[in-house]
Order: sequence, then structure tokens, then C-alpha cells
Amino acid sequence: MSNILEIKDLVVSYGGIEAVKGISMEIPEGEIVTLIGSNGAGKSTTLKSIAGVVKAKNASILLDGKEIAGKSPDYIVSAGITLVPEGRRVFPNLTVLENLKMGAYLRKDSIKDDLDYVYGLFPRLKEREWQLAGTLSGGEQQMLAVARALMSKPRIIMMDEPSLGLAPLVVRDIFEIIKTINQQGITVLLIEQNANMALKIAHKAYVMETGLITLEGTGKELLANESVKEAYLGKSK
Amino acid sequence: MKKNTKIIASLILAAALLGLLIFIDNSELKSSMLSTCLQKGAIYALVAVSMNLLNGFTGLFSLGQAGFMLIGAYTYAILTIPVASRASVYQYFDGGVVQFAIPVLPAILIAGLMAAVFAALIGLPVLKLKSDYLAIATLGFAEIIRAVIQWQQVAPLTNGSNMLRAFPTYSSILFPFIISGICIAAIILLIRSSYGRAFKAIREDEIAAEAMGINMFKHKMMSFVISSFFAGVGGALLAMFQSSVQAKGFTSAMTYEILLIVVIGGIGSITGSIIASFLFVSSMEWWLRFLDETQFIGDFEVPLLGTGFRMVVFSVVIMIIVLFWRRGIMGNKEFSWDGIFKFFKDPFGIVSKIKAKGAVKKNG
Repeated sequence: MSNILEIKDLVVSYGGIEAVKGISMEIPEGEIVTLIGSNGAGKSTTLKSIAGVVKAKNASILLDGKEIAGKSPDYIVSAGITLVPEGRRVFPNLTVLENLKMGAYLRKDSIKDDLDYVYGLFPRLKEREWQLAGTLSGGEQQMLAVARALMSKPRIIMMDEPSLGLAPLVVRDIFEIIKTINQQGITVLLIEQNANMALKIAHKAYVMETGLITLEGTGKELLANESVKEAYLGKSK
Repeated sequence: MKKNTKIIASLILAAALLGLLIFIDNSELKSSMLSTCLQKGAIYALVAVSMNLLNGFTGLFSLGQAGFMLIGAYTYAILTIPVASRASVYQYFDGGVVQFAIPVLPAILIAGLMAAVFAALIGLPVLKLKSDYLAIATLGFAEIIRAVIQWQQVAPLTNGSNMLRAFPTYSSILFPFIISGICIAAIILLIRSSYGRAFKAIREDEIAAEAMGINMFKHKMMSFVISSFFAGVGGALLAMFQSSVQAKGFTSAMTYEILLIVVIGGIGSITGSIIASFLFVSSMEWWLRFLDETQFIGDFEVPLLGTGFRMVVFSVVIMIIVLFWRRGIMGNKEFSWDGIFKFFKDPFGIVSKIKAKGAVKKNG
């Protein structure tokens, strides 16, 4: 399959400190790609700079071979890349429906079908359409964050720690949803600390440590890899 | 409540208010304190709602409102003083440089536009700032513009620190209500549009809003410019209300008054700002006046009362409101008939509390 997104030599620095020190990734179309690594490895920064929210110092990011590095976030969203930010970040004083409408902000066409589509994925949100997003439970807020991102009709959805702070059962639901979304043809770029779950559903995986990619392979390969087991999966001796 | 009933109730309320205004307009009450408070309240309501659009709905803490009102007031006055009166108004500057006058309504529009242009210019640098820094920068702008207008070099245009007067004012007290009403309606339409939703999204979470593809700078600028436009219109109305303008009246204290109205009414509530505006103006100008004069209860002279005591009491009231009623009169909710009926069925939740206690006793 061809690569929908190619990242070359991405360098991002915050006030002189390099958080990402020149990484390259290839995201094949229609796959789930995961980026795992410990806290502070630079995973979130990588996603934010792809989304254009954080400016990269040096990068080439190709979407279908077209350069998108340095473009504004609104350009990148309309080009088909959307970010589900870390910690959900729903708009707490807007209703569920208003949150969803915000996801489709840049679209000029009718959003009715897409509303039906995300309500189909998350029937719980339909029930709470008129509720303020801040009153939803953590799991529901995460669903809303994913649904909101889907409203922009993305080709690539990037998720930053979707399992953060959620009960194990809810985490399983979220991963099911990620698989469903992917089966419908949307490419997924997933950051996770829950490496076990992430590697199980990923077609392709990267391991990031202190700003550099140290390992890559298929999800299965990395699950079996000794050093990955030791560092991220809690290898039982 | 049914939708039709609500519409009828709103129409009756509006008609009653209109009737009251027309009655006041045609009786000797026209020059009473009530009428003064109503006019000034309507003007302050517009400025408060414009500030709420920025502070309450977009989450940009700006303190430049008095500056934009000043620009509006001066633009209106400069453009409308009749040519015949210019020689006496600009007596120290040979009648000033502007030697034409335009009609009232276009002048009000241009007053708003002028404020909007200034907002766009200063918005370029200051909107990159966050929270408190933005407040300081806009406050500084308002002070600078006040000083610039009184500057000798621009005096042939602005009459320096002298008063501008003799410009046309309104004859019916309905006038400020109609202009304010139209402007507030426009702001409400804006807030209910998808732009309004984007403003709220920026207020709630800038990073998430940006990730949704909302162009942060463009939307902040839009809110800032629109808010300033209406502050400019409010300034023009204030000039008409006062029938003279002088730059030294538009101090930061004026911005704080507007900010207080917004806070008392509830940040993020349009109706709250409107209600608070009338309450604030009435207390300030009218109801608390007696505190400034020596009062006797029988033969006993009430101590402490005297010039300025009104402000002491007023400050205490405001402190109490901010401490115990932090979300203001309306919170971020709007006036609704359902809300009113709920209130009368269950004022302050007392009935439900009593019921809940009763239930606990039964169970216990």
C-alpha cells in the first residue's frame, strides 16, 4: 500500500531544548500505526507538529506527496488530518451537539449524514445530545472527542493517549472503536502508553525514546521484541 | 410551557416596556431621574453586552472599552457639529479643520467603524498576548488614546482638552433604546451563529479549538473588532446623552464600571448584562444618592453620611456580590420564561430542599 503520510527529519524544539530530534515515519494508507514510548519521549509533540499546532524547527511532512509542514492548523484539518488531543479537551460548557458541530467547523456542506454516522458509532452521545459536555463521564468525553474529530471527515485521525485515565473496560471499548473506524477506511495514528493494547491492534509500530525513533516494525514483531517487553510491557520473568 | 405562550409573553413584555417608555417620553417624567437612568442604562447595556462578547463569550480579557467608546464619541461629535457652531466650539483653533457636518445615523455608523479600525490596528500586536497581559495592553491603549486626543498637535481636529458640544442629540428617549436594541440583537445573532460557537470554543479550550481547525487569530480579531465597533456606537450614544464630550471623562474607571456590570450580570449572559446595567446605573445615579446627603431620623443625625459615602456603600455591595454570588445574577444562563416560572414554583430551590428533608425524615 502507498504511504498517505511521510514524515522526514522532524525536529521540534521548545526554547532551545529539542523535544524531537529528527525522526522519520511512514504511515501507510488505511492502517493503524502506533507510536509508543515513555513520558517525555516526544510523542505528543510529534502529533502536535503534524497537526500544525506546534511549529517544527525543521521538517518535511508529505500528505500524498504534498508538503504540509509549516501550514496552519486549519489548512491541515481541511486537508484531512485531524487530532484528538491528549486529555480529551472537549468544550465543557457547550452541548454534545455543539461540540460535534465544532468538529465540522471548516466544512461548508451538510453535516446531517455525519451526525447520524457518529451517533451510530456512539449511541450514548445521541442520548446526551443536549447535555453539556463537561457533565459527561470520562469515557463519554473521550468518545465525544473522537466523534468530534470524525466530524471533520478526516482521512487520517491522530489520537493522543485516548486511554488516559479511563477504566479498563472503557479502554477496551475505545480500542474497539479505533478498530471500527480503521475498518471504514480511515488511517489511524495512535499514541499510547498502554503499549500492550496499542501493539495488538497496530499494523505498524514505532518506539520513541528521548526524541528519537529507536525501533520500528509490525505490531506483532514489537510485541515479541525482548527490549520492548522489558521496557513497556512489564515482562514477567 | 408551549412555544406560542412564550412568544406571546415576550411580546406582551416588550409592548409593556415600549408603552412605559412612550408614556415617560410624553409626560413630565421625561426629565426625571427615572428617565435619565433608563437612557444611560440602555447605553451602558450595549457597551456591557459588547464587552461580554469579548470577555464572556470569546474569553479575551480586554479592558479597552472606554478607549473605544471615546473614539466613538469623538468621531460622532466631530462629524456632526453644525458648521455654524464650529467657530464657537473650536474657539481656540479657528473653528477647527473639519468644515462639514453629516447626518446623525451615518455619523453613529462611522463612529462604530472608526472604533473598529483602531481595534484592528491594535489587535495585530496585542491579540497575541494571553489573559492578564492582554488586559494590561488594552488598558494601556485606552489611556494612550485619551492622552493623544487631548494633545495640542491634534487639537484642530479634537479641540484638545476642551469640550466638544453643540452636536445634535436625540429628542425622544426611545432613540437610545432603539439603537441599543438593534445592536444587541445583532450581537445575539452573531453569538448564535457558527462564529459564536467558534468564539465559545476558543474560550473553552484554545488548543482543542485550534485542533478543530479554528483559525485562532482570525476569530479573536473578529470578536475584538466587532466588540469595539459596538463600544464605539455606545460611545456615540453616550455623547448624545451627555450632549457634550470631553476626553477626561473616559477614564479606566469607566471601563471598570462596564466590567462590573458584566460581572454582576454574569459573564457569558447577554440578558444578565442588560439587567445588571439598569440596576447598576440606577443604584449609582439614583437609589444610593441619599447616602451622599446628611439624613435625619427624627432629631438624630445619621453619622458618616456625606459626599462620597455612596461610593463606600457601593464598593461593599460589590464585594459582597463578588464573594457570595460569584457567577452574577444570571450565571452564564439567559433570561427565559421557563426559568421565571421555575423560580416562582421553587424560589432559590427552597421548596425542593424542604421536600428532600421531608423525604429523608420519612426514610429515617
